[in-house]
Amino acid sequence: MKRWVDVAAPIVLLLVVFAIWETAVRWFDLPSYILPTPSRIVLAFFSHFVGLSQHAVVTFLEILLGFAIGGCAGFVLAIAVFYSPILERALYPLIIFSQMIPVFAIAPLLIVWMGYGLWPKATVAALIGFFPVVVNASDGLRAPTDESVELFRSLGATRWQIFWKLRLPASLPTLFSGLKVATTLSVVGATIGEWVGAHQGLGYLMLQSNALLRVDLVFAAILMLALLGLLLFGGLRIIERRMLRWRIPGREGE
Amino acid sequence: MARPWGGIRVEGVNKRFVHGGETIVALSSISFTADWGTWTTLIGPSGCGKTTLLRILAGLIPPDRGTVSIGDPQQMRRGTTAYLPQRDTLLSWRTALDNAILASEIARRPRAQARAEARELFAHFGLAGFEGHYPTQLSGGMRQRLALIRTFLAHRDVLLLDEPLGALDPLTRATLQDWLLSVWSELRKTILFVTHDVEEALLLSDRVLVLSERPASVQQDLVVELSRPRNRASVELAETKGRLLALLLGAR
Repeated sequence: MKRWVDVAAPIVLLLVVFAIWETAVRWFDLPSYILPTPSRIVLAFFSHFVGLSQHAVVTFLEILLGFAIGGCAGFVLAIAVFYSPILERALYPLIIFSQMIPVFAIAPLLIVWMGYGLWPKATVAALIGFFPVVVNASDGLRAPTDESVELFRSLGATRWQIFWKLRLPASLPTLFSGLKVATTLSVVGATIGEWVGAHQGLGYLMLQSNALLRVDLVFAAILMLALLGLLLFGGLRIIERRMLRWRIPGREGE
Repeated sequence: MARPWGGIRVEGVNKRFVHGGETIVALSSISFTADWGTWTTLIGPSGCGKTTLLRILAGLIPPDRGTVSIGDPQQMRRGTTAYLPQRDTLLSWRTALDNAILASEIARRPRAQARAEARELFAHFGLAGFEGHYPTQLSGGMRQRLALIRTFLAHRDVLLLDEPLGALDPLTRATLQDWLLSVWSELRKTILFVTHDVEEALLLSDRVLVLSERPASVQQDLVVELSRPRNRASVELAETKGRLLALLLGAR
């Protein structure tokens, strides 16, 4: 019953919004190159599905690659910063500084350095995706109490065992929170990368369609992009649930 | 007691901490000994340094002055004792059974064997059927028992238990006291036990060391001469309790 409501509630809300949108556009007689109706967008989505999918594959690869690089780099940095106070002092201000630079400003440079292919987009995605992972994973590695660490030490645990059996599992919940934020940021990063310079991908398609006043196609590309983001997010949630089984309350008994 | 004498020997131990520019003397020339297989309880005002003493005995921090030896005086190192910290240290991502075998895992003993051993203890002490539960799914009393099982499964001769029965309702507490006594008499460990509860101290221990307010030193060394098994409601216990309380008030 509860699950049914969980699924139905957002769908109903979405349909209501679309209905208002649809009637408003028709009522005010807005031209479709300003704001197309939802029905028109859906129509464009399905009639151009093959083309959209081809661009989507390109963009999805960029997102995945950027997410993977950003996630790994973020986690490794968090561990390095945690274990080395000198690295922490050296790196932390730089990590924060890196987030103050607008990605739009460096994206053109990345195109110059890396060409028009997959890499500059993945790099932009990784550059903004790694930050929440560093911050969250650092918090997670610090999560175990002094008592827990002392318990391990009193049992003769090595530093490696304390990391592997205590800090790493303790950091997983916050690591996953960081990764989930990183998925959405990777989508943004890949799109920005494509806007700056590309000859394929959903971001490229958006710019092209916009120039041709095909706003319905712009929206269709946005829809596809959102679906890609959801796919990545959903996949991550499945992995999270598997790995963090203990956080699901009342799994056994009670 | 078939062993050559080793026991626990603490001699003139001092410990101070610098905290925020302020020096706190936690222990001031504290000395005592405890024989193998005996139960010694440390009792004293809160914050008097009992935990510091246990941490020194667990080999986690060195004393500033004085010596500590457990068993063979030549070999004082980490890993001769099993320490149960005061606060809950169960790992929430491990099932009850996997929490229990933590020490074996750290010592790289075969996992299957450790699990089988733990299962036996679970059955023995009323946790059977809860092996696959996560700590958050267990009641307070069960969590305490699990933490104790984990401590026993470290296979150390000396157990350092820092208020293992604190924060429990009276009934659970009484049950766990009986449970601890039965385990102790069965496995014959040397126990150093911290509590705030005078009755608990008298019910369980061979000896009670009354510590003074910080910096802690041994104020009174009381041998509990009540015969075992002891009765919570006995007149002798009540009398001794009265005397001990008076001592404690004097220690303030």
